[in-house]
Amino acid sequence: MGGKTLFDKIWDTHVVDVIEGGPSVLYIDKHLIHEVTSPQAFAGIEKRGIPVFKPENAVATPDHNIPTENQHLPIREELSRFQVDKLTENCNRHGITLYGLSHPYQGIVHVIGPQLGITQPGITMVCGDSHTSTHGAFGSVAFGIGTSEVEMVLATQCIMQPKPMKMRITVEGDLSKGVTAKDVVLYIITKMTTGGGTGYFVEYTGSAIRSLSMEGRMTVCNMSIEMGARGGLIAPDEKTFEYVKGREFAPKGKAFDEAIEKWKELKTDVDAVFDKEIHFDASDIEPWVTYGTNPGMGTGITGRIPQIEEIETAAQDSFMKSLKYMGFNPGDKMEGKPVDYVFVGSCTNGRIEDLREVADFVKGKKKADNITAWIVPGSKQVEEQANKEGITGILEAAGFKLRQAGCSACLAMNDDKIPAGKLSVSTSNRNFEGRQGPGSRTILASPLTAAAAAVSGKLVDPRDLI
Amino acid sequence: MSIDKFKTIRSTAVPLPIENVDTDQIIPARFLKATTRDGFGENLFRDWRYDKNENPVESFVLNDPTYSGKILVTGKNFGSGSSREHAAWAIHDYGFKIVVSSFFADIFKNNALNNGLLPVQVSEAFLIKIFDSIESNKQTLLEVNLEDQTIRLLVTSETEHFDINPYKKNCMLNGYDDIDYLLSLKDKIKVFAESKS
Repeated sequence: MGGKTLFDKIWDTHVVDVIEGGPSVLYIDKHLIHEVTSPQAFAGIEKRGIPVFKPENAVATPDHNIPTENQHLPIREELSRFQVDKLTENCNRHGITLYGLSHPYQGIVHVIGPQLGITQPGITMVCGDSHTSTHGAFGSVAFGIGTSEVEMVLATQCIMQPKPMKMRITVEGDLSKGVTAKDVVLYIITKMTTGGGTGYFVEYTGSAIRSLSMEGRMTVCNMSIEMGARGGLIAPDEKTFEYVKGREFAPKGKAFDEAIEKWKELKTDVDAVFDKEIHFDASDIEPWVTYGTNPGMGTGITGRIPQIEEIETAAQDSFMKSLKYMGFNPGDKMEGKPVDYVFVGSCTNGRIEDLREVADFVKGKKKADNITAWIVPGSKQVEEQANKEGITGILEAAGFKLRQAGCSACLAMNDDKIPAGKLSVSTSNRNFEGRQGPGSRTILASPLTAAAAAVSGKLVDPRDLI
Repeated sequence: MSIDKFKTIRSTAVPLPIENVDTDQIIPARFLKATTRDGFGENLFRDWRYDKNENPVESFVLNDPTYSGKILVTGKNFGSGSSREHAAWAIHDYGFKIVVSSFFADIFKNNALNNGLLPVQVSEAFLIKIFDSIESNKQTLLEVNLEDQTIRLLVTSETEHFDINPYKKNCMLNGYDDIDYLLSLKDKIKVFAESKS
C-alpha cells in the first residue's frame, strides 16, 4: 500500500462514518462564523428545537457587512445593522464566542483565525465562506461551506462530504524581486483556469512555496477556490510553528512542545500518489494581473490580453462578453491602463505584511491625483500594529488613509463600492462583474502592484519603481 | 425538516449559454442581507436582468416571455466563486427545479442538492444539442428522471445518463435532508468528539 498525502492524513483521522457509495461524515474541529451566511442556519436549528452541539468549537465576528469608517457609531444601513445584530443575538443565545465590532479581536474571519492561534496544523476547519481555504497555509484541512452545512456543524459538529481528489502543485525555484505570493497564486490560477481545480484539494509545495512567509502562504491558499479547488494546504514547518507559538489560543508550554512533535508528522509520504501533479517554474512568474471577469483571466504585467484566435472556440463568446464589460480589447497591453481606484485589503491581502509592503513602497512618494485609494486592514489587531509601526503615518504622508477592519470593497456589501465604469486595481480575490459594486471593473494584483498603480495613476510594472 | 420529494420533471427550459457563471452574477452580494431563506428569486441574475436605472434588460433571457420552464440550462463551470447558498436559494425561489450544465463548481453543487435543486451534469456535446434544440424551438421539452438518472430531449428522444451520489439521490427522491441523517448518528459523533478532546 502506498503512502498517504498530508490531506489524507488529516481527513482520514476526522472521518466519523462513511456511507457506502456516499459522502463521509467529517468531524470539524473549528468553525468560524460571520453575519451573512449564518442567520438562516441558527434559525434552522431553532426551528428543529436543537441546541448548538459544541459552542466552544466556534468563533464568530462580523466582517462582510460592516462599515470601515466610524465603527463606533451604529451601522447606518438598516439591513446590515439588523444582520450584525442578529449575529450578536444568535451568539449570545447559543453561548458562542463573538468578537463584535467594538472588540479588539474583531476582523475578517480568515485574518483573525491565524492571528489568534485558532488556526493550527492538522485540524479541520470550516466557515460559510469560500476563502476558508486560507487556513490551509498551516497544514490544516479548511474549506468553505454553504449555510445548510453551517447548520449541520452547529447541530452536530459534522458535515457530509464526498472526499475530494488530490492534486499537488509544485513551484520550484527562486522568485525574482518584486514578485510576491499574490503573483504566484494569480499565475497558478491563470495556468489552471477558473475551473481547473474543481473536485480537487490542492497541496502546494516546492522551494518557491516554502520560501514564502506564513502570510504569503495564506495568500496562496486563500485563492485556491478561484481555480475551483475545494481547498489548498501547505505542510507545516518551522515557520509555521514559530508563527503559531505564543498566540492567544495556541497550546502553551509543554502542550506546545508536544503539539510540535505531532505537527512534524504532518507531511506527505514520499511514496504517496496524487490524482494530478502540476509543476511550475518560479522564474516564469512576473508581477501578475487579471484583465477579465474571472480570476483565471490573467497575464504578466508586461503581457497583453490574448487575441480572440488564442481562445478555444466554445469560450470565445464568454471571452468577448468579459472584455466588453471591462472596456478592453483583445491584444491590449496591460501596462499603461489608466486606473481610478486602488483597494488594498481583504482576506487575501489585508495582513500586516501587505500594509508594510505598501508603506515601504509609497514612503516618500505621493498618491496620484486621479486615484481614490482605500486601504483597509484585515483586523483590528492589524490596524493596531500598523499604528505601532508608523505605517499609518507613512500612508498619510503619501496621501492615503488607513480605514477600519472589514471585508470592505472586496465584495462591496457595505458602502465601500467602486462606482460603475470605474477601473479598480484591487488586492482582493475576485474580479467578477459587479463584484466591487454594480458596474465596477476590477484588476486583481499584488499589494506592490496596487501601490505602484496608486502613485502612478495607471497600471505599471512595480519592478521599474523599486 | 424535509425538502420536497423530487419527481420526474418534463418542462421547457431557459437557456443561458454563458461559461463560468459565478455566484456573484446569480445573486449579487448586496442582496445577501436577508436573514431568512425566502425571496431571493426576485434578485436572481439581478445585474443582468436590470440596467443601472432598474429597467429590465430586454435582451436578457429571463425578461423574454417566450422562454419559460423549470429547467435552467447553462454553460460550463456554473456556480463558481463564493460559497453563498443564497445562489441556490435564488434559483429555486425563482421557480427552477433543475440546472443543467456540462460542469458545476463544487460548493454550488452541494448547496443545490441541499435545497432540492437538482444539478444535472451532461456532456459538452449533449449540452450543445440542448442549446441548439432550444434555439430552433423555444418549446423544446426536456425530461429529467432522477430515479433512472436520465435526461431526455423529447423531440429526438436522445437520452443521456447523469451521475449523482446514491446517498444524495435517495435524499432528493425521499425529501430527506443531511441534518436528519447526522442527528441520527449523534451518539457515534459524541463518542468521536470525546476521543478528539
